[in-house]
Amino acid sequence: MGKRRKREGMKLWQIVMLCLVYLFLYLPIVVVMLFSFNKSELNVNFTGFTTNWYRVLFEQRKDLWDALWTSLELGGISTVLSCIIGTAATIGMHRYNFRLKKFINNILYIPLVIPEIVIGIAFLASLSMIGISMSMTTLVISHVTFCIPFVIITLRSRIAGFDASIEEAAMDLGANQIHTLMRVTIPMLVPGIVAGGLLSFTLSIDDVVISFFAAGPDQVTLPIKIYGMVRSKFTPDVYALCTIIMIGTIVIYGGIQFLQEKMAARRGENI
Amino acid sequence: MEKKKKKWRLNKNFLPGLAMVGPTGLWMIAFMLLPLIYVIAISFMTKGLFGGVVWTPTLKNYQDIINPVYGKVCLKSLKIALLTTLFSLLVSYPFAYALSKVKKRWKSICMLLIMVPFWINGLLRLNGWVTIFRETGPLNTLLTKLGLPALNFMYTETAIVFGMVYTFMPFMVLPIHTSISKLDSTLLEAASDLGATKLHTFLRVILPLTFPGIFAGSIQVFIPSLGAFFISDIMGGGNTMLLGNLIKNQYLNARNWPSGAAFSVLLIVFTLVVMQIYTRLGGDMDEMV
Amino acid sequence: MEEKRPIIRLDHVTKRYGDNTVVRNVNLDIYEGEFFTMLGSSGCGKTTTLRMIAGFEELSEGNIYLENEDVGNMPPYKRNVNTVFQSYALFPHMNVYKNVAFGLVEKKMKKEEIHEKVTEILNLVQLSGFEKRMPSQMSGGQKQRVAIARALVNNPKVLLLDEPLGALDLKLRKQMQLELKHLQQQLGITFVYVTHDQEEALTMSDRIAIMNNGVFEQIGTAKEIYEHPKTKFVADFIGESNVFEANVSEVKEDGSLKLIMEYGDMEAYGDGFEQNEIVYASIRPESVKCSLEPVNGFNIRGMVKEHIYIGSIIRTTIELPNGQLVKKCAQPDDDFKPVGSLVYLHWSPDKTVVMHTNEDKLYDLIDAGE
Repeated sequence: MGKRRKREGMKLWQIVMLCLVYLFLYLPIVVVMLFSFNKSELNVNFTGFTTNWYRVLFEQRKDLWDALWTSLELGGISTVLSCIIGTAATIGMHRYNFRLKKFINNILYIPLVIPEIVIGIAFLASLSMIGISMSMTTLVISHVTFCIPFVIITLRSRIAGFDASIEEAAMDLGANQIHTLMRVTIPMLVPGIVAGGLLSFTLSIDDVVISFFAAGPDQVTLPIKIYGMVRSKFTPDVYALCTIIMIGTIVIYGGIQFLQEKMAARRGENI
Repeated sequence: MEKKKKKWRLNKNFLPGLAMVGPTGLWMIAFMLLPLIYVIAISFMTKGLFGGVVWTPTLKNYQDIINPVYGKVCLKSLKIALLTTLFSLLVSYPFAYALSKVKKRWKSICMLLIMVPFWINGLLRLNGWVTIFRETGPLNTLLTKLGLPALNFMYTETAIVFGMVYTFMPFMVLPIHTSISKLDSTLLEAASDLGATKLHTFLRVILPLTFPGIFAGSIQVFIPSLGAFFISDIMGGGNTMLLGNLIKNQYLNARNWPSGAAFSVLLIVFTLVVMQIYTRLGGDMDEMV
Repeated sequence: MEEKRPIIRLDHVTKRYGDNTVVRNVNLDIYEGEFFTMLGSSGCGKTTTLRMIAGFEELSEGNIYLENEDVGNMPPYKRNVNTVFQSYALFPHMNVYKNVAFGLVEKKMKKEEIHEKVTEILNLVQLSGFEKRMPSQMSGGQKQRVAIARALVNNPKVLLLDEPLGALDLKLRKQMQLELKHLQQQLGITFVYVTHDQEEALTMSDRIAIMNNGVFEQIGTAKEIYEHPKTKFVADFIGESNVFEANVSEVKEDGSLKLIMEYGDMEAYGDGFEQNEIVYASIRPESVKCSLEPVNGFNIRGMVKEHIYIGSIIRTTIELPNGQLVKKCAQPDDDFKPVGSLVYLHWSPDKTVVMHTNEDKLYDLIDAGE
């Protein structure tokens, strides 16, 4: 009994390792949150507790809220677009064989391996060559471009695990290609689409480098806004905003998790 | 009859295939492939007097790379990228290994916890470290109180490597974790059954089998750390010039596009060489995510 | 006997993948209401044949008729046949009710009608009360029943079953075999069943087609195939056989043959054999007898090598001088000879099955036939 437990449990070094790495990942976030309540404006030492910066954030920093909104809008549109065309491509590449497939596949890997700065510059340079100036549209296009491969690769690993006879079964039961797609293939892919979309959204709203080149002067995303402050200074009201985002994220993730568990439980009850 | 059948087959694969894959294909060609080709093209052209490109072929931009000032930047970038990869590996591997031992119930939460920091902008998180490590910051205040010497490594190359490890390490954890999870535990039992010590089991069985994950993860760290410019801006205080900063400056400040393009091509070549090695060794590109 | 109506007709069907021919020029009639099994080892083309009937594979040559209608080029969703897949292929995102109702929804049936039919069929496969369950919450046997119900609810002309019991454990498999057979008799639907398990084929089928290397070696009832295998492959594949290569030394007027082998002579019956033709002679172990003296026309000498007791039956191996091992099984008290005895083998000549060795003749026979 004792031996078994030892084998199943985690070793001490493993627990220590987990704790240290999570500490490493979250320590700066904790500092950011903590300093959002700091009396001093200088972010050097904690001089006293205040919620003043939150008031400042809500009353005076419309620019920050606009930047957040731009980021969310950009992330949302890019995610939806890349999920739609990425899903179609994944199904098409899974189901059909054609000559250009390998070629397209190779292009898909480019954003995964070429440094972002090169992609951003190539995008900026080639569009300005043909006289297109940077705008929200070009920003969305650039984000969709680097999100598509992530959607496709996430989905591809799921679709590869599918039993091919499930689609055959749908056809066998009278569903034509389109019905099979709508009633079987896509619903089965939904968890994958959600995962790929979440990844896209995360990458999109965190992106600095590509946005830096692809955004026009009027498109200030939150990362661009923050990058602009690197040279001058960060005021605690930015920290306050990020604290709010962090808490919002945790609430949303937690909510999703809770809902999923609840649905699973309800499914179980119905038996 | 025979002909009719053949035509049907062509339609059956070609049209729906084109309809489904076409948008992605066109999109990626138009916004990814063609721009890259354009960059390669202008890297062989001459700089315009007031920025822009004059379409006169030249190799000058590449000759400039050998220029000792630029050469130093390239070497420093390579060194920092390699160090970043090495330290990321030293942190990621044991972490991913420990992660693979986490019970199923907690696993998804642990995985999620790796992703969540990305929701806070990376620049701000780095700035959190700057706050901690600052000369008069909380870490040094604590150290002095304990009677220990203060740490002063902000705005050095060490700080840049630290920032890069912090930023890119999560990308290494995932592929390594995947390949460790795929390990068949009976193999480990077989190894110890055959007399291998724990160390030997690790060196002779676990490490070779998880190599694909290590390689994929290393690429995921190495390549972005070659090109990132904002990390050296924050952690290096703008004192250290890396390839990424150089390219950015050539484009935006010096408005010397062909020169920036040549450095970009250099980065592309670096990348392609690494990728070539990866696929030659049997790496699967899909495991990069 | 009344004229049976073919419900499926395969007309010179060939399937190639590149240079690899998987099904060669197959002709086959499957009759209305029968339980027809295609039996063969893996890779013999049986599943491909089934998938061509279902419409998942295109034909390279030939045609398939379903009730005299050419369906060779028809996509699966237009064919009135349904399939039960080996992996069940239940839709993982739908519960049992929705899985079963899938085909009816495609037919745009009214809700009440769908409800009625689904309830009825779930009742038939003993899954009432499981409507809300997801496939992931069911056992293999239950999933199997859902797969069967999902196909049958559409009232297909033919039900195709691709090794449907392959993933079940032995006990469940036996039970499901009986249930399937009853279901088929009750509904009167034609079943086309693919399996590699000969016992399964023999117990369930009205007719069996033995497939090897892309062709049907023999088509017939279980009894015909067991007692009169037409080819060496069939003799080997179904049950156990001792197969001898022999020369026809004499064709007598009453149809009996005298066969000479390297180590002994035997007698047999058979039509269409010529003098001096090389043939295979096959005999089931349970028919082999041994004695201390040569018996009426048989002169095969061997040595008893081994006895193995299996319950009430004893299996004996006898070695011929050329090293060939002959299997015999019998009740322990029947002509038992101790290990090491020199014995003469014999059996009733009408139990010997004589087969051509000549491949051309063999395939002529297959094409002409059945």
